[in-house]
Amino acid sequence: MVRVFFSAGLRNLTGGAANIEVEAGTVKRLLAELDARYPGMAERLSEGTAVAINGEIINDALYEPIPDGAEVHFLEALKGG
Amino acid sequence: MTIADDPATTLPGYKWVGTRPIRPDGFDKVTGRARFGADLTLAGMLEGAVLRSPHAHARIVSIDTTKALALPGVKAIVTGADFPEPAGNPTDQDMCRNAMAREKVLYEGHVVAAVAATSKRIARKALDAIEVQYEVLPHVMTVDEAMAPGAVLLHDGMITKGMDPAPTEPSNVASRVVYQRGELDKGFADADVIVERTFTTKPVHQGYIEPHAAVADTTPDGRSTVWCSSQGHFAMRAYSAKVLGWDPSRLKVIPAEIGGGFGGKTTIYLEPLAVRLSQKAGRPVRMVMDRDEVFMATGPASASKVTIKMGANKAGEITAAELWMAYEAGAYPGSAIGAGSMTALAPYNIPHFIIEGFDVVVNKPRVYSYRAPGAPQSAFAVESVVDELAHKLGIDPIDFRLQNAVEEGMQAPYGPKYQKIGFKETLEAIKHHPHYSAPLGPNQGRGVAAGFWFNAGMNSSAVVHINEDGNATVVTGSPDIGGSRASMALMAAEELGIDYNRVRPVVADTEQVGFNDVTGGSRVTLATGAAVVDACRKVIADLRARAAKTWDVPVEQVEWVDGQAQHVDGSQPPLSLAAIAKGWARTGGPISAAATLNARGVGAGFSTQLVDVEVDPETGHTSVVRYTTAQDAGRAIHPSYVEGQLQGGVVQGIGWALNEEYIYNADGKMDNPSFLDYRIPVASDLPMIDAVIVEVPNPGHPYGVRGVGEVGIVPPLAAVANAVAAATHRRFTDLPLSPPRVLDGILNGTEES
Repeated sequence: MVRVFFSAGLRNLTGGAANIEVEAGTVKRLLAELDARYPGMAERLSEGTAVAINGEIINDALYEPIPDGAEVHFLEALKGG
Repeated sequence: MTIADDPATTLPGYKWVGTRPIRPDGFDKVTGRARFGADLTLAGMLEGAVLRSPHAHARIVSIDTTKALALPGVKAIVTGADFPEPAGNPTDQDMCRNAMAREKVLYEGHVVAAVAATSKRIARKALDAIEVQYEVLPHVMTVDEAMAPGAVLLHDGMITKGMDPAPTEPSNVASRVVYQRGELDKGFADADVIVERTFTTKPVHQGYIEPHAAVADTTPDGRSTVWCSSQGHFAMRAYSAKVLGWDPSRLKVIPAEIGGGFGGKTTIYLEPLAVRLSQKAGRPVRMVMDRDEVFMATGPASASKVTIKMGANKAGEITAAELWMAYEAGAYPGSAIGAGSMTALAPYNIPHFIIEGFDVVVNKPRVYSYRAPGAPQSAFAVESVVDELAHKLGIDPIDFRLQNAVEEGMQAPYGPKYQKIGFKETLEAIKHHPHYSAPLGPNQGRGVAAGFWFNAGMNSSAVVHINEDGNATVVTGSPDIGGSRASMALMAAEELGIDYNRVRPVVADTEQVGFNDVTGGSRVTLATGAAVVDACRKVIADLRARAAKTWDVPVEQVEWVDGQAQHVDGSQPPLSLAAIAKGWARTGGPISAAATLNARGVGAGFSTQLVDVEVDPETGHTSVVRYTTAQDAGRAIHPSYVEGQLQGGVVQGIGWALNEEYIYNADGKMDNPSFLDYRIPVASDLPMIDAVIVEVPNPGHPYGVRGVGEVGIVPPLAAVANAVAAATHRRFTDLPLSPPRVLDGILNGTEES
């Protein structure tokens, strides 16, 4: 199980839930699971979103493995200068 | 004795990492041999020029190029009709329309047409002969104007993203972001002192000395070679291809040296225009911006408006914060409001907060990245209020920050928990620096501020070749804007165990090395450096195998030590890299290895800065008299170039704080598009910036590297403003702190204790 946290901007899709536990070994499976629970979530997170797994921010994380017990956050993808 | 042999400058365990050799590109740059974007000349080359909108907002009714094309020497003209309908995602489409206007112009300087002629003079004459009919529209120039009910719309169909429920009517607000924690009312109820203020900043430009420049040579086979100065030639290839409607592989982009970028050269302006003009003319075309074009038509940092309310208790704990932030995006959506919101409170562990941010389009050039994009504006507000809270509570401003500072394992305001970070170490470095206890003179004040930036990883490729003389060539695709050639060579020398001067780092074009993301996000030493390290380790594995073959022993019996293969029991005479290279034909052929990665292990950066200013009470002029910056570099691969990054960020931040601003008139036109009227700090304006490198190694990188290029610009806005407040006993909330504004505050402002 991994714990997924939702920023305030995503909570309109989760019915206000700030975090949930999900069974998912990769980001791709996690997105599928979230979309099944909260229709529209995968589309919302499909573009311009980075994923933080146990504090490490990863761009283009679709196939990234998620270790059991990890904390997962979705963030706006960033540009640097 | 070389610097590397000096124990005072050599890190334990390292021979090269942490030393200060001369940069490989140094000789060319100081002798004028380095070739920048405008330096290339090709046989038969034409000169290009761009026709730009004179209006802040207008509909293009018609464009007639007949007279211009008839001028002797004019070889080609392009307009929006010469480019395909913008495609791809909305950001891509906006980029295409920003590169060449279609139905509307959205800011003064927006591209309307471009000309190629046999001389620049003729090209400019042709611009005057192009007849454009405009229907001038009202304009909006600030977030207040753009967000007002009934405001003129830049984009008719733009519905604000991030609102719940979604609006039914379009507006100039492209998106809204929210970050939230705890119960705000409870947090403010717990506070003994609350400060609430509104802060504003103006658009500021990166101020790179080299204007944008590109040469394109498009050939009849439908391919084009582009030489340009940028922070990432692979990005130039990809973005130009989108504007042209081409596959990227039809373009070969060769990186010129770059005379400054700071984020502003991570996108395209001239490149696709030059390609299309060259295609139409059948000859190479060079295009070089003038300085006024750089100001009016390339992407500055956002102007901002931030209202902040922050509370703390008598024990010195920040209990709550509420931020409302609006950033100007310019003509198209895409300000750094997200990063500004995420970084605003990042240095502090605050139990209750809400941050609400808005991305707002206005009739100004589309903003673009500038060192830690979005962070300086919000830090100006936060760090000013933190300073004021500390003052009201009677707590030393560094102790106040230390008490509330984030550390490893704490949850960042943008969500995840911090990994290994060095914020407190930077605070301690400033607190214990002699500067902090030095006496101040008359009319002088001292300010402190802190800042955070994520840093980045992204994609990099590297190849390491061993030459037949045992020297190494390190090939990457990351333009060198801050000494990264030296850093790559140092890490390769450390890995291979050879002298730094035996490593030649090369920045290769888009056909000679694998993809590299832009040199931005403070990522190159970390990410491209990691690729170089990976490639070197593959080379070393190969070298060990070749030594094993030579000795007829299992490879497990071969170690790589100090640049040579050694048998574990010393039964064989060591084989140097040069010896193995000399015999490579007998052991398997040339020695080379490549590595590619999407970098992991990014380490966040913090900076704490201390400044003394002196304010002339009669003129309002502010002089920076002493400045010290402490920044966590993780590990400084080349300390001199790290110090240069720290100092450069500070200087640009001082300019943002004291002088720099785009000034627009009532017609929405920029009044100061030159370095005479847009005043960046020069060396004679400033004292030496004392750079203190703090090293809390990043466990995610082989040498502990964090990025260093960006976070240094985050604290200066507030640090300077806090120092001016201390000197004048007046709190200033609008930048820049130019003499008229400060004098007005002194004469008419409210004195604070």
